[in-house]
Amino acid sequence: MFAMLALLLMGCGDPTLSTLLPQGEVAKSQYSLMVLSLAIMIFVLLVVFIIYAIVLVRFRQKKGDDSIPEQVEGSHTLEILWTAIPIVLLIILAVPTVIHTFNVSAKEKAGKNELSIKVTGHQYWWQFEYPKDEIATAQELVLPVNTKVHVELTSADLIHSFWVPSLAGKTDTNPGDHNKNYMWLDTGSKTGVYKGKCAELCGASHALMDFKVKVVSKEDYEAWKTNFKSATAKSADQAQGQEVFKKNCLSCHAIGKEGGSTGPNLTGFGDKEKIAGILDHNKDNLKKWIRDPQKIKPGNNMPKLNLQDDDIEAVADYLLKMKLENK
Amino acid sequence: MSTLASHSKKSGLMDWLTTVDHKKIGILYLVAGGLFFIIGGIEAMFMRIQLFKPENDFVSADMFNQLLTMHGTTMIFFAAMPLIFAFMNAVVPLQIGARDVAFPFVNALGFWLFFFGGVMLNASWLLGGAPDAGWTGYAPLSTTSLGSGVDFYVLGLQISGAGTLIGGINFLVTIINMRAPGMSFMRMPLFTWTSFVTSGLILFAFPPLTIGLFMLMFERVFDANFFNPDNGGNILIWEHIFWIFGHPEVYILILPSFGAISEVVSTFSKKRLFGYSAMVFATVLIGFLGFMVWVHHMFTAGLGPIANSIFAVATMAIAVPTGVKIFNWLFTMWGGKIVFSTAMLWAVGFIPTFVMGGVTGVMLAIPSADYQFHDSYFVVAHFHYVIVGGVVLGLFAGLYYWYPRMFNRVLNETLGKIHFWTFFIGFHLTFFPQHFLGLMGMPRRVFTYLSGQDLDDLNLISTVGALLMAVGTIVLFINVIISTSKKYAPSEDPWNGRTLEWAIPFPTPEYNFAQTPLVRGLDPFWLEKMAGNKKMTPAEPVGDIHMPNGSILPLFMSIGLFVAAFGAIYKSILVGVIGLAITFLCMFLRSVIDDHGYHIHKKEVEEDMKEGRS
Ligand code: HEC
Ligand SMILES: [Cu+2]
Repeated sequence: MFAMLALLLMGCGDPTLSTLLPQGEVAKSQYSLMVLSLAIMIFVLLVVFIIYAIVLVRFRQKKGDDSIPEQVEGSHTLEILWTAIPIVLLIILAVPTVIHTFNVSAKEKAGKNELSIKVTGHQYWWQFEYPKDEIATAQELVLPVNTKVHVELTSADLIHSFWVPSLAGKTDTNPGDHNKNYMWLDTGSKTGVYKGKCAELCGASHALMDFKVKVVSKEDYEAWKTNFKSATAKSADQAQGQEVFKKNCLSCHAIGKEGGSTGPNLTGFGDKEKIAGILDHNKDNLKKWIRDPQKIKPGNNMPKLNLQDDDIEAVADYLLKMKLENK
Repeated sequence: MSTLASHSKKSGLMDWLTTVDHKKIGILYLVAGGLFFIIGGIEAMFMRIQLFKPENDFVSADMFNQLLTMHGTTMIFFAAMPLIFAFMNAVVPLQIGARDVAFPFVNALGFWLFFFGGVMLNASWLLGGAPDAGWTGYAPLSTTSLGSGVDFYVLGLQISGAGTLIGGINFLVTIINMRAPGMSFMRMPLFTWTSFVTSGLILFAFPPLTIGLFMLMFERVFDANFFNPDNGGNILIWEHIFWIFGHPEVYILILPSFGAISEVVSTFSKKRLFGYSAMVFATVLIGFLGFMVWVHHMFTAGLGPIANSIFAVATMAIAVPTGVKIFNWLFTMWGGKIVFSTAMLWAVGFIPTFVMGGVTGVMLAIPSADYQFHDSYFVVAHFHYVIVGGVVLGLFAGLYYWYPRMFNRVLNETLGKIHFWTFFIGFHLTFFPQHFLGLMGMPRRVFTYLSGQDLDDLNLISTVGALLMAVGTIVLFINVIISTSKKYAPSEDPWNGRTLEWAIPFPTPEYNFAQTPLVRGLDPFWLEKMAGNKKMTPAEPVGDIHMPNGSILPLFMSIGLFVAAFGAIYKSILVGVIGLAITFLCMFLRSVIDDHGYHIHKKEVEEDMKEGRS
């Protein structure tokens, strides 16, 4: 029955988003509990539905039958039966529940993780820091395969919730130092790009607070880190774009080590999967975003800047050419 | 001052504004609750239209957040709660053989407070935008939300919450003190029992809400820092307070529905309730455990594995008494002669639907799995299965069942069945796919979703289901309008009832019982009928009946608070003072005017009895 259930649930949904197609230890353990509980619950449903069907078929009043049925008070045996059996079923469920609750808790695993990152939720974007490597990136979390990752979660403004259904269930990012949260996840054995979501209502564009988790091979991960660290805002052939960026954008956006942190770090923006987490990554969309970010993500913290068309063109070209290259 | 002799029949509107009669207050609750139910339903339809396809732009993101907040707040506080109070008012005094509730004046005040709270909240639509922080109002989203929408939420709930609290206290006192001779606790009908436990839950659950709302109000109006981490506050305080109220609240809603189902199942199976004492015990246990599980709404807030495990196990425990109820209903029907009236159809539809909501509840109690379920559409599916599939189906069963008693009319059975089937099928079509949407990674409270995530088809089905539910609801309203025609007068004892509310003629006499009945066991009316009696045996001789006078003061007390709330929102001390002055003046008048009520004389009662009017 377990296997059948599992089969039934598989094939449900987008393989980079569905909790039913888990990758890595954490999501898989959560999935196994989902299947176990569902199996027990389907058993309960079956029992109820069968009695229900029998009752509805057998005990309807027949035409012309005006007799009064026997007024039964109850049955101690039955009461005990339907108290005891559910208790047993719940114990069967409660034991793995408690075990898994401790297993997926970050505290238990604190020392055993190979990588530590820090996630900060902002209205409506995500910042990812690698404290050991002094890297801060945004919107795309790059992780090596087969790695247990310790995650520290905070928020710059209000409560968000960090959720990558394929890799691990969600944990809230609470504002305030004494409510920092921790979790861990396991990247699994496959490379791929997984979808991430904000799961706590956080304002107008809550629905658009998407991000990506890019699971890459260990070599690619090392290369990405080195390239990221050596990236700069300089661009020889995009002088106009660089100028526009410096004047209008650098106060909020960093490239390499330079720049502010009100907005996402744009280092290596040319390699990204999406713009602002949601738009397809192309020049038209980028220009649309720069022209009026409020139209795309209402209420976000990047203002409409009223740039000239050719400045927008130039800065878009400049950003799209910002690729991380092996040097 | 004494007003003992001042019994003048008021007519029309004035009668409704001043009534303290539990039967009329029940109708007021039903009408007002029905109105808010429609408003909340329209909000739901707008949301489902927005979500029927990916990247739709039927409503803006900001508008969607207002809709989702108002839908939840309206449905819970201003539709489900008053509908429950409607039946409690209409039925409980009759079921225990009383002439009214313990405090008729307070009863009227409770209604008007609720009503003006609801008007207050909905006024926000016209005054610069509705609240947009979700019905849960989590800080800092609620404390920092711009505009005055959230202020309307805080004050609207504060006013109506006070009404609910005094209503709950009133029913506790009524049920403890006003039972007819012979009606011991263990002979009370189950609807009375569940109303009793619900009233107890209200007594303990609403004060935390009141405190939380005060803190929220202070934070918004006077820049307090309870929830502001920058100044030493803590956002989790609100989450705890809200759910310490919020979880018992769902049991406050579901228990009276359980009660209604118990009455309907027993009546239409022509059998006494199977395992009555187990049912009572289960009700009390559910009420008790309901206070120990609030953290299951906060598993992802980061309280740690120990807290999460404890609350997980406590939550699972509630499944046991709930299961006991389900099986007792099934075995009440077992061996019975089931008549499928419309009321019974709703009860029969309720059982499997509620069980499905219950089992997903147990799944949600598993913290580690809940990290995946939480705040996804799986949760949306779960709580609509228990609140619509449980509370609302139970209320509909109660509506068709008690409608003759409340309105002296029956509802048309054919239309009732059309209402049932469209609503029931529509319901499952709407919410069953949402389980899968959640598992497939769709968060809740999203104003849109991008295409290419395999979420499109199920969302479309869900919207079609919602349309069908709307059709069902329209059929109900047609049915209600049609029922006003004379043709639909009920026959005596239309359902072959078992409890005291069916032992009196239609329409219910003003004083309910000419003579307080003597109760000889569970299902007292049924026992008398089985013993060959047409009527209850009286427990007292015919005599003068003492009745309370109507009063306009509850209405004005509530209007005073309503005005004062506007003063608080728009920071006008003058308006605030005027409002509070109105309320305090009314309280003063109430305290100094001695109102002894009036008597219906023995002769009048005897005449009523002779003509079969009582
Ligand atoms: C006031 C600060 C501010 C300024 C100035 C600003 N931005 Fe932004 N920008 C933001 C914020 C905040 C976001 C994140 C928006 C979101 O997704 O919620 C953002 C997002 C972006 C993104 C998407 C990032 C990603 O990782 O997908 C791009 C591209 C971008 N900005 C480009 C620009 C350009 C080009 C300029 C200058 C012309 C500029 N920004 C000026 C604050 C700013
Ligand atoms: Cu968010």
